[in-house]
Formats: sequence, structure tokens, C-alpha cells
Amino acid sequence: MEYVPETRQQLILCCECGTAIPPNPANMCVNCVRSMVDITEGIPKQATVHWCKNCERYLQPPATWLACDLESRELLALCLKKLRGLTKVRLIDAGFIWTEPHSRRIKIKLTIQKEVFAATILQQSFEVEYVVASMMCPDCTKVMAQNTWKAMVQVRQKVDHQRTFFYLEQLILKHNAHQDTINIKEVKGGLDFHFAQRAHAIKMVDFLASMVPTRSKTSEQLISSDIHSGTSNYKFTYSVELIPICKDDLVAMPKKAANSLGQIAPLVLCTRVGNAVHLIDPKTLQTASVTGQVFWRDETITPVCSMRDLKEFYVLDVDILGPRHGRYALADITVQRMADVGKNDNEIIVRSHLGNLLSFGDTVLGYDLMSANINNDNFESLNPDDVPSVVLVKKSYPERRRKRKQRNWRLKTLDKDEGDLAPKKQDQEKLDADFETFLRDLEEDPELRQNINLYKDTSAIERANGGMDDDNMDDDEELPEVPLEELLDDLRIGGDDDEDYDDPMAM
Amino acid sequence: MAVRAQFENNNEIGVFSKLTNSYCLVAIGGSENFYSVFESELDEVIPVIHTSIAGTRIIGRLTAGNRRGLLVPNTTTDQELQHLRNSLPDSVAIQRVEERLSALGNVIACNDYVALVHPDLDRETEEIIADVLGVEVFRQTIADNVLVGSYCSISNQGGLVHPRTSVQDQDELSSLLQVPLVAGTVNRGSDVIGAGLVVNDWAAFAGMDTTSTELSVVESIFKLQDSQPSAIVNEMRDSLIDNFS
Repeated sequence: MEYVPETRQQLILCCECGTAIPPNPANMCVNCVRSMVDITEGIPKQATVHWCKNCERYLQPPATWLACDLESRELLALCLKKLRGLTKVRLIDAGFIWTEPHSRRIKIKLTIQKEVFAATILQQSFEVEYVVASMMCPDCTKVMAQNTWKAMVQVRQKVDHQRTFFYLEQLILKHNAHQDTINIKEVKGGLDFHFAQRAHAIKMVDFLASMVPTRSKTSEQLISSDIHSGTSNYKFTYSVELIPICKDDLVAMPKKAANSLGQIAPLVLCTRVGNAVHLIDPKTLQTASVTGQVFWRDETITPVCSMRDLKEFYVLDVDILGPRHGRYALADITVQRMADVGKNDNEIIVRSHLGNLLSFGDTVLGYDLMSANINNDNFESLNPDDVPSVVLVKKSYPERRRKRKQRNWRLKTLDKDEGDLAPKKQDQEKLDADFETFLRDLEEDPELRQNINLYKDTSAIERANGGMDDDNMDDDEELPEVPLEELLDDLRIGGDDDEDYDDPMAM
Repeated sequence: MAVRAQFENNNEIGVFSKLTNSYCLVAIGGSENFYSVFESELDEVIPVIHTSIAGTRIIGRLTAGNRRGLLVPNTTTDQELQHLRNSLPDSVAIQRVEERLSALGNVIACNDYVALVHPDLDRETEEIIADVLGVEVFRQTIADNVLVGSYCSISNQGGLVHPRTSVQDQDELSSLLQVPLVAGTVNRGSDVIGAGLVVNDWAAFAGMDTTSTELSVVESIFKLQDSQPSAIVNEMRDSLIDNFS
């Protein structure tokens, strides 16, 4: 038989209340220790955190504003920093207790340890309630307050689409020209940039002038003046008007203006808008450039047709004539209206600059001047014999093939204030169509995209790699795409969406 | 009666005093307050003696004794020894002990019949203890502490031991001492019983921090509720009558 020592729990009386307890370093029951010493003493049980209603950031004293989600690690850190006495105890655990977000209360459960008597470590859990007090952060105050901006730049373009502004937005982003703005407001027909200082506004105006042909006008409004010291307080408004000619527009001009541009034909195409507007005569490949100064001297150079008037044609034959200019080659191109294909034999022979871009079977976009309804004095004063029936503008790609292709790049956007101008549904559709056109232009025109930053869309690239299906195989012709090496890796700090951007090179 | 006392703001009164059934030693302090607490309880019954041992005040830790005798360490000066001899009753033997473990109060815990001693104590000392104090000597530990004198306090009625003393150890000690024992604390949870409490058969003195719970434990285990110096006579009367009738 084995001797099993009898183990009885040996008990002593708690020295305070006399209940039987197993001996411990304090020789006191837990309740008595608790009642005698409160280790949470000196730690506030209520505190206030400040929160900006507009930008939804929390104030980290003294002056930092942190954006953090409810129940996030950052918020916990911020809350714990609020508690003064926490340095004197050992923090074991801290966690949020769920509270209704609208209650504007944050509750945190803390577990702390502290040595109370000799070699007696007491652990205690308690809750701290934070009142989320709203306080507007200085950044938002600046934006919200009425009289904080000193200067404003109003950028306008008198056209019925937004493409120029999409391009401008990317230019501004690339050159970081918006860093001094305190607010960017979308208004009808353009953008308003607000600045705290006049110099910043002037800088912006200069920047715009260096990028596109512009005309600007300054006006000032007296806010207040002090007759004793002779100082006065003004608000400055710079109205910047962009040249109303866009890429691919058909431009008509009077004889006199055409002669001054090197005897160019009076009906020309705009190929590019940079510092100046680049024009080409599709019949002779003669080029000209119109600067802002020239344009606004008498404003006789006017757009006749624009993007929206483009019609699709089907190429039947290309007969290259010989003269070349850059990437353009002069050719006689036989086309048929897309609507006529298979129905009749109405062929049109067009002299065009797109000779080496087109071949039989392609589709091409162009202006159908026979059927177009044009109200333009310059156009009407032209000799009808000089007006071609069709002006081809650019090669097009079938809608069907474009649709299924995911773009592997994306653009950044400016943080704009839409203001009271909530777009109506049809406006929104128009806007989306304009944006799509802009994106296609970028894909097709390397010259256009060399001025702006395109970023890798890692998720799209991954998706494309994962779903390598046979759709890509039957492409008999390559769609214009942005090569991957042109794209930039995006740096994201505290990404605001759920996608994992930790490894942008993951491929 | 169990009484609270304090020696110059120090609750460890067992360090500064020694209480037996036939005498009481108190250290020479800056004020007479401590002395008068003992005096008021014990005067007229047993002598309360002011003394120092080897020039120090920690007399409770340096000496061991009971009704029959007093052991002092060899560092005790001749004057002190003479003073003690003069002050103690003639029936009390006093003996200087040549012992390496000179804090006799820490290594010896005794009542009038049994002594528990440090396991490493000299054999000679053990014999002296047996002879002078007239007790049976047992080498023991209390809750694995060799300093038996520090961690327990015993009288002829009962004993209070270190709070961590296991039940088995308590049973063993209790069978050696032939008195009931209890594990407990003094001075609000202090486990140094010998330093916080001095006790004889009818009186106990504990540190000022001792709670009422602790005091009631002390009173009940040492049977102090209604004990007076004369109580023993009443107690013995019955057995005497039994014996002699």
C-alpha cells in the first residue's frame, strides 16, 4: 500500500475581516486588500478626447490630429496617453467595450497591476469612459471660415466637356501645384482654387499659363481699410480662362488668321494642346501652332466640331501618297460611314494625315461635315469647294473589345469640394463618359501621358494575371495599352481602403 | 488580557521585550510609555525589569527564558548580568550561553515545559537549555524557517505559529508542545510572530498595528479572555482537591 500524504488546505484568518483564507504575502483576504488600497487611485476614470466633426480626426495633444477608426489600435493608444497615472502601474491589458457610435462615448477596460504591500501584487480591472467632445481642427476651421481665403483662382474653359480639366487635374497633381490651396471647389464650367496668400494664387496662375494657353484677369475686392494707417484688406480673384480648343477639335479661322499662321488652310485639326495649340492641315500635313497670345489677339480662331461630333467610319482602302510629317503620312483613304456598311455603296474618298495609322478594315473616327450641323461664321465664310466632306481624326477601336479589358493603372484625384453643385444623373453620365474618353486618350497617346503620373493598380494586375483566359488569345490586333514600366508604384500611408497595398511589386 | 503596545513608534515589541510567567524584561527606551504599558498589566505580580543586553535594546531577540530561568548571550556585560541577577526573583536561574547563534530569542522558542530550537544549535547549548529552563528540547523548524523563535510565540496555554505552517507541521508541533496551536499573523498581516507578540499564561502584548481579528485569535488560542494571575489557582483547585481528597 502506498502512503498518500493527506493534503489539507491550511487556512488562516484574514487579519482584517477574520474570514478563513489561504495564507498570502499580505495575509489579508483579497476584498480587504481591495478595500484598503485602491490601485486605480490617481488614474482618472473619465476623460475627454477631442474630435473634429469635419475631418473625423482625433486630437492627440498638443497639436496633432489623428484619423483613426473606432476600436482601432491607434485610438486605444491615443486614449491611453490621456490617462496620467498609468505610468505608476503596470498595464496588463486594455480593450474597448463596445459603445454606440452616436453616444459619443468611448469605453475602455483596463487591467493594471501594482505592488501594494511588500511582495503583494494586486491586479485590478476597471473601466474608463471617454467623452468624445467635438472640436474643430485648425485645418477645418480654415476651410470652413468665410474670410480665410485671401485669393482665389477661377479656372474656366468655355467648352461643353470636362476633359481638359481631367488633364489639368493630373498636371496639378504631378507638379504638386495644389499644395498651398486651402480649398478646391468644383463649379459649373471649371474649378475654383482658394489660397491663403496672394502669392500662392499668382504662382498657380503662372503654373497654369506655363501648361496651357490661358488668359487671366485680376480683380480685387476691398474687405476693409484703415484710414489711419492707410492699410487695407483685399480679396483677390484671378479669373483664368483656358483656350477653348481641345485636342481633336476641328478648327476654322478666317483667311487673314490663316495667312498669318504660315498660309495654312483655314480648316485644320488640333492635334495637341500643350503650351500652345498644335494644328495640322489634314490635306497637306502643314502644321502650325497657336499660342495664347495669338489666339486672344482677335479670338477669330474658333473650334467648329469637337469630340462629341465624331462619327465612326469604316476604312476600305488606303493609298499612301508619299509626304510624311512625324508620325503622319498623307494618304487618300476610302471610307464608308459605319451606318452605310452593308447597306449601300456610298464610298467617300478622303485625303487624310492618318495614312500610316490606318489600313483596310480599321474603323476610324472623323467629322462628317456633309451631315454636321455647324453654326460658325468662320466655317460659313469658307469656300465650299475647300471644305472636305469628311475629316478623319483618329483611329478607333471596337467598343466590344474595350469593354472587357481592365485597366492596370489608375490616376490620383484632387480632393475637390463639390459644393452645392451635386451633379444630376445625366450630368454624372456625361462626366463619366468624358472621363472614359480622357482615359482612352491617355492609353492611345504616349505624348499625352508623358506629362502626368500613372499609378499601378496592383489589384487589377493581379486579377489579370490570375484570370489569364482565352479572351486575350483571339485578339488579332493589339489594343493600345499603357506599358507597365511607365506606371509608378503608389505610396500609401494609412490607406483608406481595404485593399492590401503592402507589396505593390507583388506580381 | 491582550494589549497593544508600541516601542518608540515600532510595532515589533517582541524585539524590545521578553515576557515569561515569572518576570518581564523591557528595553531601555527614550520614553517610559512602553514600560508603563507592561507595568500596568503586570505590576504587583511579576517584576518588570529595565535592561539592555550587550548594550543593545533588542533584548527580546537576544535572550530566551521561561518561569525557571533566563539565558543570555555571552556578549552580555557583567554589569548587565549583575543587574539582572539583582532584579530577577531568586527562583529564576540566569545563565550566560557560549553559542555561535547568539540571538537566542530567535533560535529558541519555549514555554515552561518544552523548547523548540534551531536545528543547528550546539549540543552543549541544548543541554544548558534543558538544565536551566527545565524543558524538553526539540530541534524543529516552523514553516521551513529555522528561526523558530522569530516565527512562533508559545505559552503553556497555546501557541501562534507562522501563517504558512502546514497543517501537518502544526499537528506535529502541537503534539510536541502538548498545547493547541494556530497559524496566524500579528501587526496587520505580519508573519514574524515572535517579534510582534510577547505572551505568558495570563497576558499578551502585541504591536499597535495588530487588528482586532488578530487580537481575538491571540486571546482565544492563549486562553486570555478571563485569565488573571489568580485564575490558575482556581483552575488548579479542582485537580488539587481531586488529588488530595
